[in-house]
Amino acid sequence: MTAVIVGIVSSSLRLVTPYLFAAIGETLSQASGVLNLGLDGIMLIGAYAAFYVGITTGSLALGVIAAGLAGGLLGFIMAFVSVSMRADQGVSGIALYLFCLGLSEMLFNQTLGGVRTISGLQPINIPGLSKIPVLGPILFHQNILVYIAFALVPIAWFVLNKTPFGLKIRAVGENPHAADSLGVRVRRVRYQTVTLGGVFAGIAGASLSIALLNLFQPNLTNGMGFIAVALVYFGGWRPVRVLLGALLFSTVNALQIWAQVEGIGISPYLTLMLPYVITIVVLATMKRRNSQAPSALTKPFERGQ
Amino acid sequence: MILNQLLRKYLSVSRLQSVLILLGILAAAFAIGGVVVAALGASPMEALSELFNGAFGNKHAIANTLVKACPLLFVALGICVSFRAGVFNIGGEGQLVTGALAAAAVAFAIPGWPTWLVLVLSLAAGTMAGAIWAGIAGWLKVRFNVSEILSTIMLNYIATLGMVYLLSGPMNDPAHALSGRFMPETARLAIELPRLAPTRLHLGVAIAVVLAVLVYVFLWRTTIGYRIRVVGKSLRASEAAGINPRRYMILAMVLSGALIGFGGAIELIGVQHRLITEGSAVYFTGSAGFNGIVVALFGQLHPLGAIPASLLFGALLTGGARIQRALQVPSALIGAITGLIALLVVGTDYVRRRRARQRADTELLRTPPPNCVSQGEGEER
Repeated sequence: MTAVIVGIVSSSLRLVTPYLFAAIGETLSQASGVLNLGLDGIMLIGAYAAFYVGITTGSLALGVIAAGLAGGLLGFIMAFVSVSMRADQGVSGIALYLFCLGLSEMLFNQTLGGVRTISGLQPINIPGLSKIPVLGPILFHQNILVYIAFALVPIAWFVLNKTPFGLKIRAVGENPHAADSLGVRVRRVRYQTVTLGGVFAGIAGASLSIALLNLFQPNLTNGMGFIAVALVYFGGWRPVRVLLGALLFSTVNALQIWAQVEGIGISPYLTLMLPYVITIVVLATMKRRNSQAPSALTKPFERGQ
Repeated sequence: MILNQLLRKYLSVSRLQSVLILLGILAAAFAIGGVVVAALGASPMEALSELFNGAFGNKHAIANTLVKACPLLFVALGICVSFRAGVFNIGGEGQLVTGALAAAAVAFAIPGWPTWLVLVLSLAAGTMAGAIWAGIAGWLKVRFNVSEILSTIMLNYIATLGMVYLLSGPMNDPAHALSGRFMPETARLAIELPRLAPTRLHLGVAIAVVLAVLVYVFLWRTTIGYRIRVVGKSLRASEAAGINPRRYMILAMVLSGALIGFGGAIELIGVQHRLITEGSAVYFTGSAGFNGIVVALFGQLHPLGAIPASLLFGALLTGGARIQRALQVPSALIGAITGLIALLVVGTDYVRRRRARQRADTELLRTPPPNCVSQGEGEER
């Protein structure tokens, strides 16, 4: 029994990485007032970039860097469309998603040709700590991206709440006109957060393709990026609560995989629905949270309006 | 006289500029596509001519283009209705799938009935299913303030998994159980839509075009349609005018889903005749649920604009398949270009809107205020 629980908790900690990277990045961009719905598409391109670079160069580190760069570039494009061109953020995010979906499928067909596997990032034992019974294998026997993802939570909290940059982000998200009158460069801050959110989304994709599944195929993410957007609402734009929400989803995923392996007699297609159903239920129960949303979320900034 | 009015209305300066910007976007997308084709080692000009031949080269090619455009038009019409109401229905994929599933279920449930009756009931079931599937998202938005973008996307995945479940279990072709061969697909439908020509062209294409006109009349010539557009323009204005925005948001969502579900049933009965899946919805929908959004945006969220737009993207899809066969350029290129066009249309939307506003302002300055006109008229009398 202990072994089963250790297995499930351990795999849920691994499965949380893509959600966590994507959702923390999205928290930053939403805190500055930009809803990036293209997250899932950026994750797809990140997953492809990491896998392709990883398999051609043999270096997974280069793969992660490539994923971050590709994600940052796409985040920058999203920022350009939604901040500079003042496009409707809901529609522009979906447009970015469609672009990435098509692009990743084209790149897959052209450069990989079929589903191949890669030996992904290996777990790293933290000396000493990984020997602790039960907790050791769960917490201190994971791959590097898991550790980074968890480290991001306090870092994001610190940056948002305790640094001048974080204050600017929140000011721009709450009241861009006031921030502007105090000399904060609203658009520049939004460019920075959305691009950074793109970098994290790219790495989220990498954590999927070279650390979790160790393969790439079209539409690999299956909507994880959209769930990550929902997690930001669920977490009330606070990194620690976003982490709790992400853990909820990764535990559901882990249980779902365990149930499939064990063969509990329910069709896997029905259990696979769970994360999507839960997302809707969670969003429906979040009604009161909407008052915590950044006031300028989805509103393009224009001086003198 | 009427023609003159129509021409002036639809080819006014603003529309002409909009059309020019859209053509510019298309040219840019083609240029980028050409660069990609060249990078893949094929000739861009050859690709362009293959694309055109593949889409319009002979009567079968034209029929295929129209058949591919058909589900795009249905989805685009649904998108027009919902986006005009300010609700973003991204659930086209799910609504196509539920529409087709319901249509198939009804067709299999009443095998001995008269063909025309089965056909009508099956199409009606598909329409209802799409309406309900989108209606759920509308209800969640109005009742629980759930973002309809996220809920429709989640409903897409739920519908897809539901289809895979049904096709590999309860709705699996009974013949497979006997032969022991396993394929996640239904049996072949006994009903079929009438053909319009000795090609793949089916009645659904004509229905889609008629519906486009009806949706236009509905949105611009009826009170309900007017209210839907007011809700989309401004929630506060609609409330001030005594319109209940929640009611019209749900209505727009239900109508949108009905149109798309109907399109799903038409696609099943008119083209594919059986539902097959390889684990996703793409085999059935061809991503029409998403591409239809691009069609609607390209058609300026206007039902009549959606007709040429759907033809354009239908041609791209048919021609793209030809390019893949002839030049080994992956047809997924078309998917990427479609997404690129979406990004460019959305990105230039603000520029176009601002231009339209500037023009409206200058026109206001040029024309004398209404009271002067009425005084002048009074003097003449």
